[in-house]
Amino acid sequence: MYTALHDAIRDAEARGVTLATVALEIESRDQGRSVEDIRSALGRALAVMRHAVEQGLTGDLRSASGLVGGDAAKLRTGPAGPLAGTVFRDVLMRALAVQEVNAAMGVIVAAPTAGGAGVLPAVLLGIAQKEKVDDTRLVDALATAGLIGAVVAHRASLSGAEGGCQAETGAAAGMAAGAATEMLGGSPAQVGHAVALAQQGTLGLVCDPLGGLVELPCVFRNATGAAIALAAVEMAMAGVEFAIPADEVIDTMGEIGREMDVRYRETAGGGLAATPTGRRLAKDRLTQIKRA
Amino acid sequence: MVSILDIIGPVMVGPSSSHTAGACRLGLIARDLVAGTPQSALIELHGSFARTGEGHGTDKAIVGGLLGFRPDDERLRDALTIMEKEGLPYRFEKTTLGPEPEVHPNSVRITVEREHRKHVMVGASLGAGRIKVSQIDGYPVEVDGSSHTIVLVAEDIKGSIARIAGILSDDGVNIATLRLTRKHRGGDAFMVIEVDERPADSVGADLKALPWVRWSHRIDKVGG
Repeated sequence: MYTALHDAIRDAEARGVTLATVALEIESRDQGRSVEDIRSALGRALAVMRHAVEQGLTGDLRSASGLVGGDAAKLRTGPAGPLAGTVFRDVLMRALAVQEVNAAMGVIVAAPTAGGAGVLPAVLLGIAQKEKVDDTRLVDALATAGLIGAVVAHRASLSGAEGGCQAETGAAAGMAAGAATEMLGGSPAQVGHAVALAQQGTLGLVCDPLGGLVELPCVFRNATGAAIALAAVEMAMAGVEFAIPADEVIDTMGEIGREMDVRYRETAGGGLAATPTGRRLAKDRLTQIKRA
Repeated sequence: MVSILDIIGPVMVGPSSSHTAGACRLGLIARDLVAGTPQSALIELHGSFARTGEGHGTDKAIVGGLLGFRPDDERLRDALTIMEKEGLPYRFEKTTLGPEPEVHPNSVRITVEREHRKHVMVGASLGAGRIKVSQIDGYPVEVDGSSHTIVLVAEDIKGSIARIAGILSDDGVNIATLRLTRKHRGGDAFMVIEVDERPADSVGADLKALPWVRWSHRIDKVGG
């Protein structure tokens, strides 16, 4: 797979094709599988993503600790805010839904990880519903997202334990922003700007889950990560360009991750996990899990 | 080499690719060492597995793997209840397998027994669902579960590798990698053979029929 988005963008533009096309071709060669076969695997992932959104919206899921659950349903039926009736609210709702399913040991697609699994389906499926995007284009978008994630994996990290939340929901936001931009007809260069715009907005984000559980703030980080992705898509589609290339923004994420203190890398030693309330909730809930 | 399908995947039961999906895969590999559901198991959790494993369902995921459930199987949630119903005496302990970073923080030692077989493995969950088994029965190995794998222990005799390669090639199985380790010269050789196709049951029988092969197991691919 590509190790620089720059190369993928150059190849796609030279041939007048999408990033999804070049990514699927390289994947086919790397893995010795047909493009059709890879597309059907991505189609199965899409079906699981849809199912997770639906399951999360029922509102009757609770995580092992009881710390999270039921908030996706609030966005569906709760009082209106300034974004009521927009794709924005719909995307937030879906991000919470998937991540609530994840916390409740439901089935999700780790994309790129389980902890960041809400962002991509929320952004793609939310926009797809509004814009009436068909499944062929959604599968293309997943391929583009996979390409972006592969570049992040190579240049930086996709693990909160290695790079903080910027490597999980941050990477997911970059993947979702780029994939959605291409799905909406953006050029390969616009995809690059969308990735850079989303990833720059999550630089430095720490991984500080209460009790080390993928629950709080993870569920909400997926919603805010999706919001950043949407902002990046809107800007990139409007022609906004980010002066630092996506690859360099990703490299920066990797550098910040390597410098990040271990307290902020999934160990529950710092950040929200180490607040007085964070510590108390974690202690109470872990006791509860042990009793259950 | 990073694959698109590694990034958009795996499809898995939450909440954590390392503490749940990876843990389940380690359980699946331990299960293959005794070629079926173990009659007893000792699961020794190390580091982060020991500290935050319960909240992440690591215990359920490992037991689920031992029962043959894959990472996307919703029965993982109820694996401990199923284990109790089946009357399986699986035990958990917290342990320290060694100092970090030599020992990965998400490590586990699993001892499994079934019929006359008893094996011990040490493995770790590396993140994003990827795993590495680093020890089987005291032999240093590297099994990541991304390919079908044959592990076998044989007397260290000349030509053993050629005979084994011959059996695999006769069955149309292509060898991807082969690693051989031994505790000392002339001692038993431990081989880890990663192959492209899933070897038929007859391959296992042919390998075991070699008088100098002490035992061999097929470990099915658990990733990808």
